[in-house]
Amino acid sequence: MTMRSAMTLSRSIGFADLVGTRTRTRSATDSVNAKIEVRNFSFFYGNFKAINTVSMDIPANHVTAIIGPSGCGKSTLLRAINRMHDATIGAHAEGEMRFDGVNVYDPAVDSVLLRRRVGMVFQRPNPFQLTIFDNVAYGLRVNGMRDKKLIAQKVEESLKRAALWDEVKDRLFKSLGTALSGGQQQRLCIARAIASDPEVILMDEPCSALDPIASLKIEDLIDDLRDQFTIVIVTHNMQQAARVSDMTAFMLMNRATRAGELIEFDQTDKMFTAPSDQRTEDYISGQFG
Amino acid sequence: MNTPKNYRWRKFVDQVMRGSTVFATGCAVIPLIAIIGYVLTLGASALSVQFFTDVYQPPNMAQAAADGSTPAFDPNDPFAGIGVPTDGTAPADGTAPVADVYAGGPVGGVLHGIIGTLIITGMGLLFALPIGIFAGIYLSEYRNERYATIVRFCCDVLSGSPSIVAGVVIYILVVIRSHEFSAIAGSLALMILMIPIVTRTTEEMLKLVPESMREAARGLGAPTWYSTFTVIIPAALPGIVTGVMLAFARGAGETAPLILTVLGSNVISTNLFAPMASLPLLAYRYTESPYPGENTLAWGAAFVLMMLVLVMNILVRVATRRRAGASR
Repeated sequence: MTMRSAMTLSRSIGFADLVGTRTRTRSATDSVNAKIEVRNFSFFYGNFKAINTVSMDIPANHVTAIIGPSGCGKSTLLRAINRMHDATIGAHAEGEMRFDGVNVYDPAVDSVLLRRRVGMVFQRPNPFQLTIFDNVAYGLRVNGMRDKKLIAQKVEESLKRAALWDEVKDRLFKSLGTALSGGQQQRLCIARAIASDPEVILMDEPCSALDPIASLKIEDLIDDLRDQFTIVIVTHNMQQAARVSDMTAFMLMNRATRAGELIEFDQTDKMFTAPSDQRTEDYISGQFG
Repeated sequence: MNTPKNYRWRKFVDQVMRGSTVFATGCAVIPLIAIIGYVLTLGASALSVQFFTDVYQPPNMAQAAADGSTPAFDPNDPFAGIGVPTDGTAPADGTAPVADVYAGGPVGGVLHGIIGTLIITGMGLLFALPIGIFAGIYLSEYRNERYATIVRFCCDVLSGSPSIVAGVVIYILVVIRSHEFSAIAGSLALMILMIPIVTRTTEEMLKLVPESMREAARGLGAPTWYSTFTVIIPAALPGIVTGVMLAFARGAGETAPLILTVLGSNVISTNLFAPMASLPLLAYRYTESPYPGENTLAWGAAFVLMMLVLVMNILVRVATRRRAGASR
């Protein structure tokens, strides 16, 4: 166990200089540093170990995809990053989940303040029963922003970045967020998440409730956002992971312990063309999962 | 397709079962229809403009008002008419008979009762609302704490306990200590009865708001209290308002606790620290009365009480439906 995590560690040190060579997203001047460092991280629901000693470095201003079959703990890992499990009884973590070098499970860390820096987009679009404007402004108001001009400006900016502005600019105050179509709702949720300028955006299968066209729009959006945000996306769709991500983590449930484990974490290109683990290759080529 | 062997039998059983459920439903509805019909017919006959604008008139005055004569007794003399027959027969000493106080229709109105009921119930609701709603929020949004389980259980016990208990408690705690029946004591008794209703409906309605809303707010860094007030409560508002109206209806109809706390009154009183009239109390006292005119007033009071609750329910339905409609 310790050997494997040590291997993961050494690999994660190795990828930093490799990432910069990807012409699609990064220029040579970009310095790549780990935004989130996962160190021997285990997660429990009561006595049940859902994730077993995962270690990985999630690079800043890149898109990192977590893939794997159902029940492998990828959503659990994602939600552990901003402590969304706090409300679940018996849920607790071991090891470290470092965000900018600070372990978020340190008792001194305020989960509310953490979540203001780590935004989240959920599997099902979940806009509030508020107007479109108020939906996007919600995070700003939570952060104590009271200047109406500034809020309006931020809302417009966020909706534009989420490629939703043209569709809703005439009814910002008239329609409720819940009145939009599924794809629009999800883009509204992304606008809501980016409005308060988080550093990291966690996306938990953001396209699984959407049709292919709406999914494509979200993917384009992720592509546009990658320069400003560190994005971690959980997805069932391997083509999607291949399309949008710079780094890919493959997780699998250990049959004996039923705990999710990180099998391989590497550049997406490499993961999908020449994975170093047989299980990754099997999964990606559709032989199981 | 060929018919199964016992097809007719199965059809017959089906119809018998269906028939019995329809019959049982009918039996359940009959008392309700009977009560509403009875109150409507008898109560509506008591209604007049005077019924809503006037207060209680003693039967002595009632007869005088009915035929325009002067009252048989001086209404300001408490000892007038003692020992004199009041049914119109001649007294034994040979003096002229006084007017028959049992004759004549209802006179006077229940304005004092309407005002009293609105004040007492409204104030009770005012006391119960903050406690009930905050307790409901606690039970729903912090539902996993052990204290919440205890509170929830106590709430259920309280809402199931007889209303006279609330009256006795306030009688001992407030009325005896203050040496005075008072409207405020009645409001406190009604508050005890309303709190569990408001609490449990608030809790149930908040629980109906999807968990994804709470997650979304949490994911934006909103503390629980903030998301509760900005997202969860607005989404659950129509349901909460319905619960509040239910509590109001329950409070407005309570009689037993009021007998022990506000006592009742025959005049308009807005003094919160003195006895006050209320519709259920008037219905109760006038039903006991030997005067037919007062019995009619009792039906009228019952009718007004029913209408009050009905109209408020309809108003709230309309108001909340408009809100809910706007969200589509």
